[in-house]
Amino acid sequence: MNEILLQGGRILDPGAQRDAPGDLLIRDGRISGGKPSTGAVVMKLDGLVVTPGLIDPHVHLREPGQSAKETIGTGTAAAAAGGFTSVMAMPNTAPVADGPNTIAWMRQRARETGLVNVFPTGAISLGQKGETLAPIGALRQAGVVAITDDGHCIQSAELMRRALEYARMFDLPVLDHCEDRSLSAGGVMNEGRWSRILGLPGWPGIAEEVMVARNALLAELTGARVVCQHLSSAGSVRILREARARGVRLDGEASPHHLCLTEELVEGYDTNFKMNPPLRTAEDVKAVREAVADGTIRFLATDHAPHCSYEKEVEFDEAPFGVVGLETALGVYLTELVHGQGMPLGEVVARMTYIPSDYFGLGRGTLGEGAVADLTVMDPERKWTVKKEEFRSKGRNTPFEGRELKGRAVLTMVGGEIRHDLDGRAPKK
Amino acid sequence: MSLAWHRKDFLSLRELSAEELNQVLATARVFKEILGRPIKKVPSLQGRTVVNLFVEPSTRTRISFELAAVRLSADVVSLDKDSSSLRKGETLSDTARNLEALQAGVIVIRHRSAGAAHFLAGRLKASVVNAGDGAHEHPTQGLLDAFTIQERLGKLAGVRVLIVGDIIHSRVARSNLWALTKLGARVTLVGPPTLLPREFAELGVKVSYDLDGQLEEADVINLLRIQHERMVQARLPSVGEYAGLFGLNLERFQRCKPGVLLMHPGPVHRGVEIASELADGTNSVILEQVTNGLAVRMAVLYLVSGGRGLGES
Repeated sequence: MNEILLQGGRILDPGAQRDAPGDLLIRDGRISGGKPSTGAVVMKLDGLVVTPGLIDPHVHLREPGQSAKETIGTGTAAAAAGGFTSVMAMPNTAPVADGPNTIAWMRQRARETGLVNVFPTGAISLGQKGETLAPIGALRQAGVVAITDDGHCIQSAELMRRALEYARMFDLPVLDHCEDRSLSAGGVMNEGRWSRILGLPGWPGIAEEVMVARNALLAELTGARVVCQHLSSAGSVRILREARARGVRLDGEASPHHLCLTEELVEGYDTNFKMNPPLRTAEDVKAVREAVADGTIRFLATDHAPHCSYEKEVEFDEAPFGVVGLETALGVYLTELVHGQGMPLGEVVARMTYIPSDYFGLGRGTLGEGAVADLTVMDPERKWTVKKEEFRSKGRNTPFEGRELKGRAVLTMVGGEIRHDLDGRAPKK
Repeated sequence: MSLAWHRKDFLSLRELSAEELNQVLATARVFKEILGRPIKKVPSLQGRTVVNLFVEPSTRTRISFELAAVRLSADVVSLDKDSSSLRKGETLSDTARNLEALQAGVIVIRHRSAGAAHFLAGRLKASVVNAGDGAHEHPTQGLLDAFTIQERLGKLAGVRVLIVGDIIHSRVARSNLWALTKLGARVTLVGPPTLLPREFAELGVKVSYDLDGQLEEADVINLLRIQHERMVQARLPSVGEYAGLFGLNLERFQRCKPGVLLMHPGPVHRGVEIASELADGTNSVILEQVTNGLAVRMAVLYLVSGGRGLGES
């Protein structure tokens, strides 16, 4: 029998409406309601908060095929360091995860090298080309928790409609990177004042909003569940809010960078501020934050997108889109949402635990008796400075380098195993 | 008066103060005087190396920079995309490191990507001069336009300047906008909304979609090149329609002030942006712009190489 007793922390389990000081016993990888035996390993957590393990529904692990950028091993190490115990992996690997073999390979690889739970998603269309439906039923049997052509928004409304109708048969969520490519074509930053000054091609908010509106209409028509990924514009938020008020099964994600960074950061042509969708205006940031606070946006998602330094260190318009996020996300959420705008900690934790777990059917997100012992110990008051050289991710492409954050994960446990222990609390074996 | 120049690089006019702009213009006036002498060469940059890295093709700007460097007695090397390893897939970062290893003192870069000059400047000890980066800026063009107006009209403050055409894709428009507004000119941008987005109105200039309504007040009309290939899709129905709405024809010219200056950064599409007779007429300063460009580029190369400002600003 293997027992760990977490002693004296604040147990915060929003899904169970639990928020009180207490001890938590982990026995053989699960949460136990019993009494600790004399042999239990005790860790004192005075002043720290224990929550269900955090879930990130949007990461790029780059394996198979792009292991110079990241691997399942390094990506999940980054997740653990950031307090995440489960991640949902996007299918834009090489080959694209558009069939059951690739999904099976990823799951096997995650069992062998992963430090946290990896829940794969599958492609909507073959090769993410937006032409032919991928074998969605077979993908589901292989274990995907959602389908998405992330990064390659399906342009054909007809194909998107059929994908939603088909996915509805299994009630499988469909995630969409909302981008009308005829409107965003060539764009590398927000279209507006700063794209005019800098002479960079603009990617306007309207290109996102057109697709959010399309998805709202198609979700309503088909009854399918649709998540609009990494929403960046005030207009998108308004459309989402209106659709949800009508009862449409439409959801949205917010990414750390869209909660606090704005377009003028591109001024120095630093490609660490190039992501898709791009950073927008203070007004857009405000709208996204309000939507997270009022529950219009229910998911917090990093869109962790590691790239090699040599890939990012090129002319701005030539650089790939994307930034890493797993190791800074919790700090950004706590700094901006909890300390910055007074959102209750439990509300933020809810959006990172039971809400995504219930929605995607992950079977996690709780500290209830008998639950798998996935948990995160965080210090919401801890101040720290982001240093990319300390990342466990292979990616160094962060827009938060040098930023002071308040709040950090100090211990991460997955299935009762300690995967991250910032201060060395666990006794040496 | 002789002021020290404090910038390693010459990247954009947006970042320069009015005082700095005046310092370059004053220095350029001295070099223009030298260019009028029988012996046009000065020893200012003797023993220094200027590399012209023209990743995007350009004949007139490259020749202007080459000649400016030669007049200053620098050693000059010119590279274009085909003669450099960029063609073979070398990154700009690696090309830059190689140029650094060759101990180039000044690198003049023309590149199709906005920000390419900033990219080099942040990575090199050498001085970087922006000779046009994508749709961002063309600072020596902006300065030579300001120089030409000042020389012809005797001032910039209060001068009314129209910049007409494809504003959104134009680095010339952006550099002109910053130089002219900082030096007190009143700038109006003119073009169809598809080529002139409304956010430009936030940058200290007026935006108009009606050329005819602007003609009578204008002291200067700067006509930008329309790039046929790119334009005639969604942004313009046809070049003919553009010429009808925004081309400076003889009928429109009749309604301008008699002394209006007509400018064009070249190459000119005769009959599109400007009537052929007007491009060659007495109001046209198009060739003076080219001559002044040489003096302005000498001034810029001289200043970034550590020269002190010359002349009265």
